[in-house]
Amino acid sequence: MATLVVPDHPSPVQDAESLRKACQGWGTDEKAIIQILGHRNAVQRNQIRKAYEELYQENLIKRLESELSGDFEKAVYRWLLDPAERDAVLAHVAVKDSMLDYQTIIEIACVRSSEELLAVKRAYHLRYKHSLDEDVASHTTGDFRKLLVALVSTFRYDGDEINVSLAESEAKLLHEVIKGKAFSHEEIIRILSTRSKSQLNATFNCYRDAHGTSITKSLLDDPADEFLAALRMAIRCITFPQKYFEKVLRNAVNKGRTDEDALTRVIVTRAEKDLNDIKELYHKRNNASLEHAINKHTSGDYKAFLLALLGDKEL
Amino acid sequence: MAFPQDIDALTKAFSGFGVDENAIIWILGKWYPEQRRSFRKGCSQFFWEDERLFERWDDNHIAFLEREFLRFKNAMVLWILHPWERDARMAKEALKNREYDILIEIACTRSSEELLGTRRAYHSLFDHSIEEDVAYSVHDNNRNLLVALVSSYRYEGPKVNEEIAKKEAKTLWEAFKNVNKNPIEDGEVVRIITTRSKLHLKSVFNHYKVVSGKNIEEDLEEDSSLKDAIQCLSSPKAYFSRILDIAMMGGADEKHKEALTRIIVTQADAYMKEIAEEYLQQYGVSLSQKIEETTKGNYKDFLLTLVSRGV
Repeated sequence: MATLVVPDHPSPVQDAESLRKACQGWGTDEKAIIQILGHRNAVQRNQIRKAYEELYQENLIKRLESELSGDFEKAVYRWLLDPAERDAVLAHVAVKDSMLDYQTIIEIACVRSSEELLAVKRAYHLRYKHSLDEDVASHTTGDFRKLLVALVSTFRYDGDEINVSLAESEAKLLHEVIKGKAFSHEEIIRILSTRSKSQLNATFNCYRDAHGTSITKSLLDDPADEFLAALRMAIRCITFPQKYFEKVLRNAVNKGRTDEDALTRVIVTRAEKDLNDIKELYHKRNNASLEHAINKHTSGDYKAFLLALLGDKEL
Repeated sequence: MAFPQDIDALTKAFSGFGVDENAIIWILGKWYPEQRRSFRKGCSQFFWEDERLFERWDDNHIAFLEREFLRFKNAMVLWILHPWERDARMAKEALKNREYDILIEIACTRSSEELLGTRRAYHSLFDHSIEEDVAYSVHDNNRNLLVALVSSYRYEGPKVNEEIAKKEAKTLWEAFKNVNKNPIEDGEVVRIITTRSKLHLKSVFNHYKVVSGKNIEEDLEEDSSLKDAIQCLSSPKAYFSRILDIAMMGGADEKHKEALTRIIVTQADAYMKEIAEEYLQQYGVSLSQKIEETTKGNYKDFLLTLVSRGV
């Protein structure tokens, strides 16, 4: 369930006017910006952008980019984009990152539905004049390339049908490949990147039934092996994304330095989807609410914005 | 006794590409038992003397005739089908028969949105994604190339980075020169061929000619998936023209003959004009004329109608 709270009938023109007022004059009224944008869904935000452009012949996103700064600005920027555009931007940043942020790429490729991923790829074409596949391919090598390109270019069947005997035979195949440890990555990549999500869930269930342990645990061999980490990540994103996101959030606040990029990414991309479920899982796992963690580890307008997206009734 | 020229005409009527329905009606329809008998006796091509004293029809020829009668119907069905469903069904059939060149043709000559449509239709028709079936059924070194080709969603805009195209041309050249490794197994070759936009690839192939002195296709092995893919991507009309010619050659087998229907039907609304021009240039005879000479009956008329639409 979503956490975003929106009023009944906001007026895009009024919102555009209020945002304009918030940006005029000496300082910026960040509180007003949060109050409005933090409580509008994707359709409404799009209407506000259009209204603002019509009223003031200026791009709202560009204006806010110049008015705001730091993590707050990054979060608002991503929030304002429509979901497909946003994922395209996130993917592009991830690909161009010198350390290749494969986590974001895997998240986008594996959590989004087939149609959503398609929309991302279209948005990517428009914005960057390249295909996402070609950029991922040209910035990766070896097995990582094979895995990531396959995950990104797939257009999975999205039906519920499963073939039980196929699930059993592929679970068996996976087990042999993993046990053999002469990792023929080809088969794992094939199964993980082409089968439908329903079929994969069935396969992983068969795996657990047959071997008493989950496939991700079986892939835990070498913690330093990034490829295995990427595989586990992909599997988690496909089978239980909310639990995966809970872990990302937990890691974002528990390590020495708070990872604002991860916090922003998860909260902004899930606020209209399943952030509520993620919140509940977080609370269960950490004895404290996500709001409490945000309160403790972030500050200022950035904090206020995240809390608004989390449905905090305070604002 | 049946007139020799009638026997001759009837033999011709069902000896080629499609059947001459008219000849069959007007000749055969008139024949009485003796005439039909003298046809069977005089036509050792199709009939032989069975030990139990009757002129028996050769089984292979019956099968052949069935196929030839079906050609018009198949062309018509293909023509009516939604292009997405058409491509999806053809892909499924091609995969089953290991006719990878057809898969490559579909993956490389359709636009990004058309290929996407085909993938959607495949979902509906077969409850699987095309890439999962290709990955599962192909076990040889064609697999990676084929999966990547059917999964491609290429950028179709005008922007090309010449520097990168030049670099990639060199990468390809070096990969093809390497005698120790089959280029289809080279990750860089597959990456470039399967992810870059078609316009970018055109530039790559141009730079390739500069670097190698030859057209890229000349440096590739005949009958390889890589060569088919590159030809489809660099010059689809030359590719189609070549396949059409092979289909209409005397002695062509069924697999090659089928291509005539496939290409005319799938390209009638797309590249038909360019293909006809290319064909004329390559083979010195107009495509329509060649079809007129090689095919018969309703099948012929249908094909000619499709060809003349755009030309």
